[in-house]
Amino acid sequence: MIQQTHEQGDTTPQPPVNPTLHSDASLHSHLWKWRRWLQRWFLTLLPALICLFLLLVVWQWYTMQSGVNVLLLPSPFLVGTALVEQRDLLWSNMLVTLYETAVGLVTALATGVFFTTLMDFSSWFRRGIYPLLVMSQTVPFVAIAPLLIVWFGFGLLSKIFLITLVCFFPITVALTDGLSATDPEAIKLYRTFGASRVRIFWSLRLPGAVPALFSGIRIAVSYSILSAIFSEYIGATAGLGFYMQLNQSTFSTAGVMATIAVVALLTASLFGFTHLAEHLLIPWYYIPSRSAEK
Amino acid sequence: MTPLLEVQQVMVRYKTVQGPPLVALEDITLTINQGEFIGLVGPSGCGKSTLLALIAGLQAPTVGTVALYGDKAAKQLGRVAYMPQRDLLLPWRTALDNAITGLEVQGVARGSARARAQQLFAEFGLAGFERMYPAQLSGGMRQRVAFARTVLVANDLLLLDEPFGALDALTRASLQEWLAAIWGKLGLTCLFVTHDVDEALLLADRIYVLTKRPGRICLERQVPIARAQREGMFVHPDIAALKAELLAVLFDKQDKPGESSVAYPDH
Repeated sequence: MIQQTHEQGDTTPQPPVNPTLHSDASLHSHLWKWRRWLQRWFLTLLPALICLFLLLVVWQWYTMQSGVNVLLLPSPFLVGTALVEQRDLLWSNMLVTLYETAVGLVTALATGVFFTTLMDFSSWFRRGIYPLLVMSQTVPFVAIAPLLIVWFGFGLLSKIFLITLVCFFPITVALTDGLSATDPEAIKLYRTFGASRVRIFWSLRLPGAVPALFSGIRIAVSYSILSAIFSEYIGATAGLGFYMQLNQSTFSTAGVMATIAVVALLTASLFGFTHLAEHLLIPWYYIPSRSAEK
Repeated sequence: MTPLLEVQQVMVRYKTVQGPPLVALEDITLTINQGEFIGLVGPSGCGKSTLLALIAGLQAPTVGTVALYGDKAAKQLGRVAYMPQRDLLLPWRTALDNAITGLEVQGVARGSARARAQQLFAEFGLAGFERMYPAQLSGGMRQRVAFARTVLVANDLLLLDEPFGALDALTRASLQEWLAAIWGKLGLTCLFVTHDVDEALLLADRIYVLTKRPGRICLERQVPIARAQREGMFVHPDIAALKAELLAVLFDKQDKPGESSVAYPDH
């Protein structure tokens, strides 16, 4: 299929190029749509990949030229070797961290939605709980983590607890904002249908707040890995944070950096997964509006 | 025969934080009979939307009664179909699912609600657009979907609050034509609020004129030509005279004779 690019203001007639508007699009146009999507993604990432590559080249050159101690700054080549050699251990520890993070995020999501709903339906509850929620965030999680290990031990529970605690707040705040942003005219309309307050919440306010909820989830995801790694670092028997601590205490700096690379990849994957979930659950949010076509 | 809607000497007054209470509507009396299309014309801020909110059951009048089928105690909420100025279509639902939102709230099963909406879509010229999302529809189409939503929940009375106000002139004209054409088929009663005198003359059987705040009914006129014969109506001498009269009242800043001088007990 020949795809022509048109400048703005071009008035030559063109065939319809957006097959997604037709509900019975053929397989061919579906594949074409995915290919175009992948192409767009690759082109978006390409500059970043080039920059990363250049950075690695500079780093490698520097380590070779300056002769810096390998325990201080290993070359990218050494880090890469460590990654490959220790891949089994890295993989198994990553699974542990991933598991904690996933459980913590899901718990935070469930608790967040539950508390937000309660606060929405009862102003008494809201006035009681919301200030406490805000205060809970003023205690840095760095200080809470050791306390949780003392209470719950070196196992997974202390980690999951911390992640839930840290992720709960952005989710709750984002969802509360989303709910309060419901169009009051739409609420009036639903009342004229004879809708009850519960019905208005379930059919109108909650679905409309999901995009806001997702932005809260994205923030929570960025905090979740951080708190997981930190918690493992200070007291655990498994996980990437623990593995990092192990490498550090044996002066294996290449191992530490390899673990950092895995953590970065894990975070990126989580973000990518959230992005995918968003596109699957709220596809309507990303439909370009007709006014944009003018 | 009992009129469908009777609004008797309604006043709506709001308390303000400082200063005297704000009177939005004063001494409103109007009657709507079954099958009528009533136009309510008034300048911005005259309380037209407040009156609709009253009739829809969203708020109660400070003084006076609103009676559906002669029953003053009837709860209007859920019985009167209301179409606000903006289409308020839910962006996460397709056009067809948007049209059935009212029916769903009232407990109709999704399958049969969709079937009814499907039929209406064909009549409204929306066939083929059922599975599209509101973001993909034009303003005129969205307004028609909103209208379908309103008609589906209508038992008898439709309240339309400047439904074509947000559209461009050409779309508005075509939708006015469309509404006049299908009105006979729908078999409903309508109270249509607008600030456009031409629109009221084109669509309504009877027109009420509201003054600016505090809103009072200062004029009630029947449109002399039947809706089916209104092609090119504005050159007709009777219509021209009626239009001139309506415009004169709307632009006139003096009080009209026959204003209510009833004293209300303090509330």
